Amino acid sequence: MSVELTGAEITIRCLQEEGVQCIFGYPGGAVLFIYDELFKQDKVRHILVRHEQAAVHAADGYARSSNKVGVALVTSGPGVTNAVTGIATAYMDSIPMVVISGQVPTSAIGLDAFQEVDTVGITRPCVKHNFLVKDVSELALTIKKAFYIASTGRPGPVLVDIPKDVSQQKTKFEYPDKISMRSYNPVTKGHTRQIKKAAELILSAKRPVVYAGGGVILSDAAPQLTELTQMLNFPCTNTLMGLGGYPATDKQSLGMLGMHGTYEANMAMQYCDVLIAVGARFDDRVIGNPKHFFNENRKIIHIDIDPSSISKRVKVDVPIVGDVLDVLKELIKLLKAEKEKPDQTALKEWWKQIELWRERDCLKFDRSSKIIKPQMVIEKLFNVTKGDAFITSDVGQHQMWAAQFYKFDKPRRWINSGGLGTMGFGMPAAMGVQLANPKGKVACITGEASIQMCIQELSTCKQYKLPLKIINLNNRYMGMVRQWQEFFHGNRYAESYMNALPDFVKLAESYGHVGMKIEKPEDVEDALKEAFKLKDQLVFMDFITDQTENVFPMVPGGKGLSEMILV
Amino acid sequence: MENEAGALSRVAGLFSARGYNIESLSVAPTEDPTLSRMTLVTIGSDEVVEQVTKQLNKLIEVVKIIDLNDGNHIERELMLVKIRAVGPDREEIKRLAEIFRGSIIDVTDKSYTIELTGTSSKLDAFLEAIERSAVLETVRTGASGIGRGEWILKV
Repeated sequence: MSVELTGAEITIRCLQEEGVQCIFGYPGGAVLFIYDELFKQDKVRHILVRHEQAAVHAADGYARSSNKVGVALVTSGPGVTNAVTGIATAYMDSIPMVVISGQVPTSAIGLDAFQEVDTVGITRPCVKHNFLVKDVSELALTIKKAFYIASTGRPGPVLVDIPKDVSQQKTKFEYPDKISMRSYNPVTKGHTRQIKKAAELILSAKRPVVYAGGGVILSDAAPQLTELTQMLNFPCTNTLMGLGGYPATDKQSLGMLGMHGTYEANMAMQYCDVLIAVGARFDDRVIGNPKHFFNENRKIIHIDIDPSSISKRVKVDVPIVGDVLDVLKELIKLLKAEKEKPDQTALKEWWKQIELWRERDCLKFDRSSKIIKPQMVIEKLFNVTKGDAFITSDVGQHQMWAAQFYKFDKPRRWINSGGLGTMGFGMPAAMGVQLANPKGKVACITGEASIQMCIQELSTCKQYKLPLKIINLNNRYMGMVRQWQEFFHGNRYAESYMNALPDFVKLAESYGHVGMKIEKPEDVEDALKEAFKLKDQLVFMDFITDQTENVFPMVPGGKGLSEMILV
Repeated sequence: MENEAGALSRVAGLFSARGYNIESLSVAPTEDPTLSRMTLVTIGSDEVVEQVTKQLNKLIEVVKIIDLNDGNHIERELMLVKIRAVGPDREEIKRLAEIFRGSIIDVTDKSYTIELTGTSSKLDAFLEAIERSAVLETVRTGASGIGRGEWILKV
């Protein structure tokens, strides 16, 4: 006869069965039985954060950098509401994640009990799916489903809400090996005929562009994307979420496209005749005004695992629903078997045109400045880390400069909140990255505004000895807000000046970390070198940068891709 | 869709979150108690309806979707209407109910309650045929739809 286990024991056993090594959380009344079981075992490591938002961001960073499902554990009520920002962040970027939340006992649900919220209701619009477990006999199967749903198809966060009494009740524990759900069968293989059509279109291209997004990273298809692009000698541009999907230092890379994309990438997008969209979703920050985008004629191939991403913002000619990895493999196979090649003369002309756009040197900045230019810090960071670091970022100007100036050659190295644009994401995400990659160099590029949104996590970093390198580009402004106010609101800097800043060096030191303040351009490189030599220490580097620097190029809201403001 | 608590609110939530309209909605368990069938009426361009369908398909609890407009189908609504019926009107209202193939399901000396099924426009037509002030109360379900002939929604 098998022994009966409590819901709390079952929860932890399920995590062990799923091979979860590390979870992020914060205890509270409704999850005390689960914490009690965590305490009694040592297979699943728990990282205690200082705020639930950080738990979810850390689980998110863990997932993005490792392709494992991130797991967070929070209590009911405020534990959950604090976690919502993190869940919505993961949802917008399709990150596989399971959030386990405590709930008041089933007998108290609906009675406005202490620390009660309608967790399933609050999180419904920002999860891939969620469950309220009302009976302990359903718990193991529910957790199995949660991991399955989170990690398959278009990934996303799944929440499991466990009432306190369910975590106490006992039942027999069986963890299913496999699961099938009649209402959830994500497609993986692309349609053969559609792939064939895509191959034909590719062979007919005269001015092709590969436009690759986060789907390439999520499906681990960077090698296939690179192979396809290189065998065809096509130019490739990556979205903010797709950086690292194609090596940025390669000559066929046009860099990032979109609102702050390069001149050459945006012009190529606008004037190509065949566009190969891979795991990207044509969002508003990427193609600007869709009407303007369709002033030019082009044929579009769109590969995406989510049918609802296809023909959502733009009509496409060859839709292929399927896992990017599978579809690219098939496409490569087809094209290799093909004797025909795309028109090489036309392709040569196209590259010539692209070179002319490149000569515009759209990312230039004043290298002789006596004030530290933020772009220069990122460039030096790239050199000092030899392009091999994991980089997380917060949201704003620093995020765009990081995306433009750190040349990502590998996937899962660039971790940022692309869809939701969550300030406060950077440092907690970096904690998750460091825990998933204990030997990796992890830097968080941030600004003095963003970093203060989760600054309390310096304490977590101290507790777990996480040697992050925090690159604070301190311009005393919410830089991106200031930039928009300068461009579009008559230089009226409403509430965007960051007054009353702490002394970041002292702040870091008070947590037992190393603080550095860097004020001169000539000190930047040495400071970075010194910081990365301190392998076991978190180093908070406060770079005092130019307050007036703006991010260029810029496609203003409502404008077309070829209507960039250039420096 | 799966006959589970919360499935309906996922559908309703999706419509409000993405700015789609629900004209009407009717839902109940099917002969298989683990499944519910929902008929939802919405208005939009082909592109919008395509997106609505795709987004609904993404909901984990949705098992299968068909667009009844893709083929011949039958639609029915149920209406219960309470009508003031005194004096000579009583006979007239009874006749009208017969013409519309409604049945009187409750009677008092001052009123009739009539049960009527049909398409939305038939129910509208019935109400128009009756003097406005005589209509005391109406309650209508949303439309339920089913394909004609051999066209079957099978899971």
